[in-house]
Amino acid sequence: MRDGQAMSRETLINILLAAALLALPFVAIAMEEPFYITLATRMAILALAAVGLNIALGLGGLISFGHAAFFGIGGYVAGIFASHAFNMEPMFSAPFEFSGSDQMPVIWLAAMLVSVFVAIPIGAISLRTSGVYFIMITLAFAQMIYYFAISWPAYGGEDGLSIITRNGFPGVNTANPLSFFLLCYGVLAVALLMFWLIQNSRFGAALQAGRQNEQRLAAVGIAPFRIRLVAFAISAAITGLAGALFADLNRFVSPSMLSWHMSGELIVLIILGGTARLFGPVAGAVLFVLFEFALGGITEHWQFFLGLILLGVVLFARGGLIGLVAGKARHG
Amino acid sequence: MSTALLIEQILNGLQFGVMLFLMAAGLTLIFGVMGLINLAHGSLYMIGAFACAAVAAATGSFWLGLVASLAAAAAAGALVELVVIRRLYDRDHLDQVLATFALILIFSEGTRWLFGSFPLYLDIPSALSGAVQLPGGGRYPLYRLTIIGVGIAVAVGLYLLISKTRLGMRIRAGESDREMIAALGVDIRTLYTVVFALGAALAGLAGALVGALQSVQVGMGEPVLILAFVVIVIGGIGSIKGALVGAILVGLVDTLGRFLLPKLFAAFMGPAQGATAGAAIASMLIYIVMALILAFRPKGLFAANA
Repeated sequence: MRDGQAMSRETLINILLAAALLALPFVAIAMEEPFYITLATRMAILALAAVGLNIALGLGGLISFGHAAFFGIGGYVAGIFASHAFNMEPMFSAPFEFSGSDQMPVIWLAAMLVSVFVAIPIGAISLRTSGVYFIMITLAFAQMIYYFAISWPAYGGEDGLSIITRNGFPGVNTANPLSFFLLCYGVLAVALLMFWLIQNSRFGAALQAGRQNEQRLAAVGIAPFRIRLVAFAISAAITGLAGALFADLNRFVSPSMLSWHMSGELIVLIILGGTARLFGPVAGAVLFVLFEFALGGITEHWQFFLGLILLGVVLFARGGLIGLVAGKARHG
Repeated sequence: MSTALLIEQILNGLQFGVMLFLMAAGLTLIFGVMGLINLAHGSLYMIGAFACAAVAAATGSFWLGLVASLAAAAAAGALVELVVIRRLYDRDHLDQVLATFALILIFSEGTRWLFGSFPLYLDIPSALSGAVQLPGGGRYPLYRLTIIGVGIAVAVGLYLLISKTRLGMRIRAGESDREMIAALGVDIRTLYTVVFALGAALAGLAGALVGALQSVQVGMGEPVLILAFVVIVIGGIGSIKGALVGAILVGLVDTLGRFLLPKLFAAFMGPAQGATAGAAIASMLIYIVMALILAFRPKGLFAANA
């Protein structure tokens, strides 16, 4: 089923990438450059968001241009829960009284649940269409949530919402940058494991078959719609979780997390690394944050050069970084 | 609420819709003929606005600026088509999205580099700066009425171009079967460049016209681009008629929603709460309309064959 040589090469690259990302904060401590820990955490969180999108986009071929919606929803769940817990005012009192939480496990669960809750109606409408329609409709739904966040003043509106102290995790001092990084890295590892399990499951096989040939999938008696909807929801949950972590990293959430630039960036991460590759999002996030940091240090117009690089990758280096180093994709 | 105010808001909605049509017509034409999704269409809108503002500031003439905006946007469109877009026709939509997303980054940051971060201002030409008496007692700016007129003229012109001229015939042929029209000896590559430049010029015109109403700044094209997407999704991608109907619908629903919903909600929830809730719902209204239309007509109102 798999080409042994290319497989081992890709696995080697994956291991190297995982080790390098894990080593980065320790190098930062040795170099006494604590800012690099933040960079590494940023890489891990963006990679997590892109792993989520990769389930829909890479495996399912569903080009969602609206995943910022879930990233931002996760962020707002973290922000809103924390602000209620901090101010000790109940979020709602019926059917039971709930006054927010500053505990990450609660926030993560809520971020994933709310993302799924929003993803199901969006997916149910968007998945009735395909191709360009799907791209534009997911984009439009994300814009809807973006404008709602801007015009709803209760949680900061356009100005965003600050998280005064980073939310806690039982047994971990999250205020310590290294501990927080390790927490994010652990979540990323779990998400990658889940991606791998899905990729190699019957569900994943059906999902990928739907991308390659929808008629054939229908001909063997599997309806693509439900499989895609489930994949879209799982994908949204992981991206939402990443959003909650991102808000905690910056201790700030604003409508910019919901903006369509964010959706575009998430797709860029996947393409830079390599579509439908297990570690594609990790490679992409590492590259992206490095570009941002290196180019940003040279010129304030770094986005101009990011655009040029991206254009070059799309036109000339299909398959992304992992494709470049590890050879062609296995199949599909 | 007076009738005059309502008429004014309806006209505002029409003006907004007509401006969206100028954007959406190009987008839908480019998708219909070349099968290309172009995110950088908003950048062409921005280029039109900047060209108009810069030339108007240098020469003192809005009209020269308007000509410059058409020329600059069409030239930028043709250049982009020749250098980048041409390589994307055979690619899947994902590559097209990414490459044109990259173009947005390049155009936006490039414009910021050239003109700085501060917005430019464009004055309404003196010949159009007055107001017109409306039936019902209100007054309405002549310039906005002119935009509505220009939009209707463009819609009629596009209709005639596509249904009556040789170029239009080729465009329609390219929509239905591109191999066949190439086999018949039509230079399809040049046709594509012409269509792209035409769409770009319309976007540039929209940018220049709106530039005199708002400030001219980097990123001004992006909200309009996304609304234009909503328009062509509602209207049916590839259909000019759909773009026109969708644009007017979106323009009216958005403007009237922002005007009426806060008042409506205030009647139920009290003025302060009602106004914020109404404003929040109004900002989402066109997307709700889009979702409803797609739930019943997944290919839009006037689905084209493409």
